[in-house]
Amino acid sequence: MTPLNKHQSYFAAIGHRFSGVLLSLFLPVHFLLLGTALEGEANFDRYLAFADNPLVKFAEWGLVILLSLHLFFGLRVLMLEFTSWPATKHLGKGENPMIRRWSSWVIPSVIASAFIGVIFLVQSF
Amino acid sequence: MPTNNSNSEQTAKQEMLEVRVWRGQGQGQLKPYQVPLRKNQTVLDVITEIQRLQAPDLSYRFSCRVGVCGSCAMTVNGKPRWTCRTHVSKVADEGVLTIEPLRNLPKIKDLVCDLAPFIDTWQKAGAVFKPTGTRYDAPAKVDPDSACRRAADASLQCINCAVCYSACDVVNWNKDYVGPAALNRAWTLLNDVRHDERAATLDKVFEDGGCGSCHSHGNCTRHCPIELSPSASIAGLKRTLFTGLPGK
Repeated sequence: MTPLNKHQSYFAAIGHRFSGVLLSLFLPVHFLLLGTALEGEANFDRYLAFADNPLVKFAEWGLVILLSLHLFFGLRVLMLEFTSWPATKHLGKGENPMIRRWSSWVIPSVIASAFIGVIFLVQSF
Repeated sequence: MPTNNSNSEQTAKQEMLEVRVWRGQGQGQLKPYQVPLRKNQTVLDVITEIQRLQAPDLSYRFSCRVGVCGSCAMTVNGKPRWTCRTHVSKVADEGVLTIEPLRNLPKIKDLVCDLAPFIDTWQKAGAVFKPTGTRYDAPAKVDPDSACRRAADASLQCINCAVCYSACDVVNWNKDYVGPAALNRAWTLLNDVRHDERAATLDKVFEDGGCGSCHSHGNCTRHCPIELSPSASIAGLKRTLFTGLPGK
């Protein structure tokens, strides 16, 4: 039996979870490096030189994309769970407007995150 | 005689529906059948025709045939549906119907599932009514315009068809999750001033496998045949973390 999970809300939930897990792995390293930079001028210069490495820039770009996706998908959950739902019982009007609206939020979220990523890259190089 | 010829010509031209039906116990397979395509034919009509005329040992459930009892839910072309109110013309994919038992429930035989795990979730979610009064008391007065009554009303009249349970991705992953129907029922009880164990119900819906497991995919609401919104009920349950019991 084919699974039912080929819908946009599924990808939003998976994207939210996946970006959250990666952020939880990535952010401690990020803050650790920032912390060592505060231990003196020499350390700070070393950190700046390290941060100029293209591989580090690429990793930071990934961090920005993950943060952005997590923000947009998290907003979707907040809107679904904290705003009022229209009553649809027996109305025969098809898909619930809340489900439709916040499913269609997924593709714009991905596009907006990609756009934010491009801005970061332009600013970085 | 001309009439007979005309009838046989009509029979020869009869358009047929290709139907693949899940057959077997435990490990089964899809078996092909052909059924005449008719106007205003429901999926349940098709299954009944197969059982009456081609496969008398085909097992399936139905009762009211008019969308009230919730007995006849099955997976039709990949989606859980109430078969008695599902017209073939709306779901047939190029003249083909694939009919399987509900997903997320143990199969018994052919199109019949064991609904016990689904029914058990209602107990687990605290979705069992305990009245404040007795049969000897006067009926409780409930203001129809109160916020509680309106919230309950939007979520009442579930027909227990298990379509939402079958559609839910989280039930598919996490067998401890009680699922949308039980949480929807728990939400109506939290909004029912006649329910004597509202605090206990609230505790139960936040246990492991309760409303916190819902990822807001919305498949339950998308597939509910009577257009209830279990997603809205679950959102209401989650909000009680901040608001406490409704109506107090």
